[in-house]
Amino acid sequence: MASRVAIVSMGWYGFKSSVDELSFREMMFEAATRAYETVGLDPRRDVDAFVSCQEDYWEGIAITDEFAPEPVGGVLRPTLTVAGDMLQGVAQAYMMIKTGYFDVVVVESHAKPSDITTMHGIFEMALDPLYLRPLNPPNMHFLAGLDAAAFLQRSRLGREHLAMVVAKNKRAGLSNSRASHAAPLSPDDVLSMEPVVDPLTRLDIAPFSDAAVVAVLASEEAARRFTDTPVWIEGISWITEAGTGALAWHTIGAMPGLRVAAKRALAMAGVSRIDTDTSFAEVDDRYSYVELLALEELGLGSPDEVARMLEDGDLDPGGYYPVNPSGGSLAAGVALEATAGFRLLEVYERLLAGGYEEGRERGVVASWRGPPTRTFSVAVLGV
Amino acid sequence: MVGKDVKLPGTYLKGDEMYKLPGLVEHRPEAKYEFASGQAQGRFLQGLKEGKILGVKCPRCGRVYVPPRMYCEYCMAPTTEWVELSGEGEVHTAVVSYISTFRARLEKPEIIAVIRLYAPGYTGKPDEYEFPGIFHKLCNVEPDDVVSGRIIGARVRPRWRPPEERRGSVTDIECFEPVVEG
Repeated sequence: MASRVAIVSMGWYGFKSSVDELSFREMMFEAATRAYETVGLDPRRDVDAFVSCQEDYWEGIAITDEFAPEPVGGVLRPTLTVAGDMLQGVAQAYMMIKTGYFDVVVVESHAKPSDITTMHGIFEMALDPLYLRPLNPPNMHFLAGLDAAAFLQRSRLGREHLAMVVAKNKRAGLSNSRASHAAPLSPDDVLSMEPVVDPLTRLDIAPFSDAAVVAVLASEEAARRFTDTPVWIEGISWITEAGTGALAWHTIGAMPGLRVAAKRALAMAGVSRIDTDTSFAEVDDRYSYVELLALEELGLGSPDEVARMLEDGDLDPGGYYPVNPSGGSLAAGVALEATAGFRLLEVYERLLAGGYEEGRERGVVASWRGPPTRTFSVAVLGV
Repeated sequence: MVGKDVKLPGTYLKGDEMYKLPGLVEHRPEAKYEFASGQAQGRFLQGLKEGKILGVKCPRCGRVYVPPRMYCEYCMAPTTEWVELSGEGEVHTAVVSYISTFRARLEKPEIIAVIRLYAPGYTGKPDEYEFPGIFHKLCNVEPDDVVSGRIIGARVRPRWRPPEERRGSVTDIECFEPVVEG
């Protein structure tokens, strides 16, 4: 059996609406330096390969892959780019280590949405050029609105449940230094707002953040060289449903891709139920409804059961099964492809902090690449 | 080979007729950005506005970076020391372009060069692309100087735009031109 794969260190920079003081390359360097220095790693000597998760249109640079190696120590070293979220890059690094050809692989992702002045225009470029772009949807949140409306209709839950998710996460973020958008809000504060795209208000939609995240992955043997406290990747998978070109054929109001990715990742980790075999989850909440939908697809329960847990405070930090104790994207923002990196970082750090029941020393990361994609990744981390 | 007078069979379409056909859908991207220049490039661009070429020195290996970066890409160390260069240097390599981006013949060919800048205390490696350098146009140079290779190694210096025209951009330097001795 090939070696287990661990995360031995992580570093980050930003998670602010706008990181004005640094360029994207300098943010990458800062995040990388923090990850390397923590474990005394020299990237010019100790790292076998680098993976960067980014996409040209977010960067405003064609073939932006070429910008990846330099700020993370990858010059003249094997480097590859994953045009996907950071968890997809972690999956690539995981497989590279599993082959036995690589012992230490660095995964990087960064986002500078504050550099983009036409966010809707970039979003539009991801839509089918022949069919969808001519319709010119009025704003980039329309797909999430469709999804949220279909989810509420199917589940018979109400806007108040979405408002409870917003209030829970915005409040949880108050104790998280990365959660720049945290606020002590109540569900009524959300419900009193006008919808942007019914049923979502401005508060149901996570704002953007600039950020860079770096993770150092290593084989079991290499991991021991750098740390006494590795965090193991026990399961990981990613799935894309029908592509964005077939938007009308997507399952709206459900996320079968997330369901399949979850089944595979949980099975790899030997997790039968997330609430009995793991201690908490960081799941996508770039729109409030996604958290509830993601929990359904992760097998926590039917929408009704999930809603009851939410109402009873079971999903709060310190509750029966904390979900997004970090405050999630609603509190820390959407950092484009680094959004999954935020969730990974939260699970990594929370597992290192310890204090979990024996046999449940695990956390779940569930990521959606965001609209208009139907790409999902799930990982189970454990100590 | 088909001569230019031969009319091929079929229905000829004009450009605007082409675009009336179903199957061609035009889309113009609305993709605009305002890039944060950051610590290193920000100071570099400010320097250009002031008529200076600034670089940074790696405290570990001594390499001088122009354009500057906040880190040494070989050592992964933060670069802490700023140095001002005279602006003079020598042509490392150069090329003559006779056509524009759209492949139209240029009235006056353009000469593009990589210039190895003189930096205090660091020369780089003689035969390698490891030196404080700048990519720019050459002026007062004839295409034949380039084609013949005579320009390689020639001493050049920046021709700055007048201060009131500088914007904090690499175009604040109009071009590099040979240093006339004496």
